[in-house]
Amino acid sequence: MAVGFGLFPLGLAFGVLLSQSGLAWWWAPVFSMMIYAGSLEFLAIGLLLAITPLAQVALTAFMVNFRHVFYALSFPLHKVRGPLARTYSMYALTDESYAVTATRPEAELTGGRVLGIQMFCQLYWVGGGLAGALVGLAIPGRVEGLDFALTALFAVLAVDAFRVRRDIPTPVLALACAIGALFVPSGAFLVVAMGAFTVVLLARYGVRRTRLRRSAPRVRPSTQDAGSPDGPDARKGDA
Amino acid sequence: MPSTGYLLGALTVILVVTFGLRALPFAFVAPVRSSSLLRFLGAHMPVGIMVILTVYTLAGTPLTVAGAAPAAAALAASIGLHLWRSHALVSIIGGTGLYVLLVQLWG
Repeated sequence: MAVGFGLFPLGLAFGVLLSQSGLAWWWAPVFSMMIYAGSLEFLAIGLLLAITPLAQVALTAFMVNFRHVFYALSFPLHKVRGPLARTYSMYALTDESYAVTATRPEAELTGGRVLGIQMFCQLYWVGGGLAGALVGLAIPGRVEGLDFALTALFAVLAVDAFRVRRDIPTPVLALACAIGALFVPSGAFLVVAMGAFTVVLLARYGVRRTRLRRSAPRVRPSTQDAGSPDGPDARKGDA
Repeated sequence: MPSTGYLLGALTVILVVTFGLRALPFAFVAPVRSSSLLRFLGAHMPVGIMVILTVYTLAGTPLTVAGAAPAAAALAASIGLHLWRSHALVSIIGGTGLYVLLVQLWG
């Protein structure tokens, strides 16, 4: 089964980083089983080594994994039967398993198929992490600069996320929040940056909503081309 | 090195938060679907969070030529490769390889 095989090398990188960070190799499968969310797992190595307060760990996990909330909208959980299988299916609802099920025709997906996809994804991820941790042990000394893989991973994910909407202001605002947070003398960079970004996003949402409300009455009487692609189609209902 | 108790505690916190984010929405699928605020946040948060995390991982980089130049070059390489080939592994390995090489040369 080739599905999710891309997870193996990424798991491998995670394992190498973990064992080079000084943690015992067997933490790799423990991390992979308990966190099982790729990007957060990489991030957790640094956070946990710095003995970050648990509240801040929780907030970071919440912000980084918030996107998973939306997977429930279209993930075919209703096909999975039995409380245990359903619990596993929700636990293993990663970006990859969501992406794989989302690109398959609905009729092709049985409950067993969905579970199979998720188990294979986890097998590759945990297996890769374990293999990487052992490779990391075998490498003599430390390979300087390997942790840049995490920076590259987030930059790649940012580009992928950007491609979905091609909206310029949001990443620029996020960058401004992040750079601003670098100058706040506290140990809580992520909390400050993500908190500020959330506030800015809420403000942007508010501005957009009031602007739509105000423009709605003007748009309606002059409906020369009702099918205008720029029209606030999504919001027509609640104006 | 953090204690085993702290590590297990922190991992449990992450497990609970992540599982909650993945499982709870299934109980509230209908209201979540109709919330335009949640849809807006869902559409705009990922790119911003990833930008912030990218900056976070670079925050410890010293602002000297020897510190910042390899990071800047490798970041540009990763983003450039990804815009060009759209292959995550190629972009990550390419950028990281360049970084390891540059740090070695400068060091």
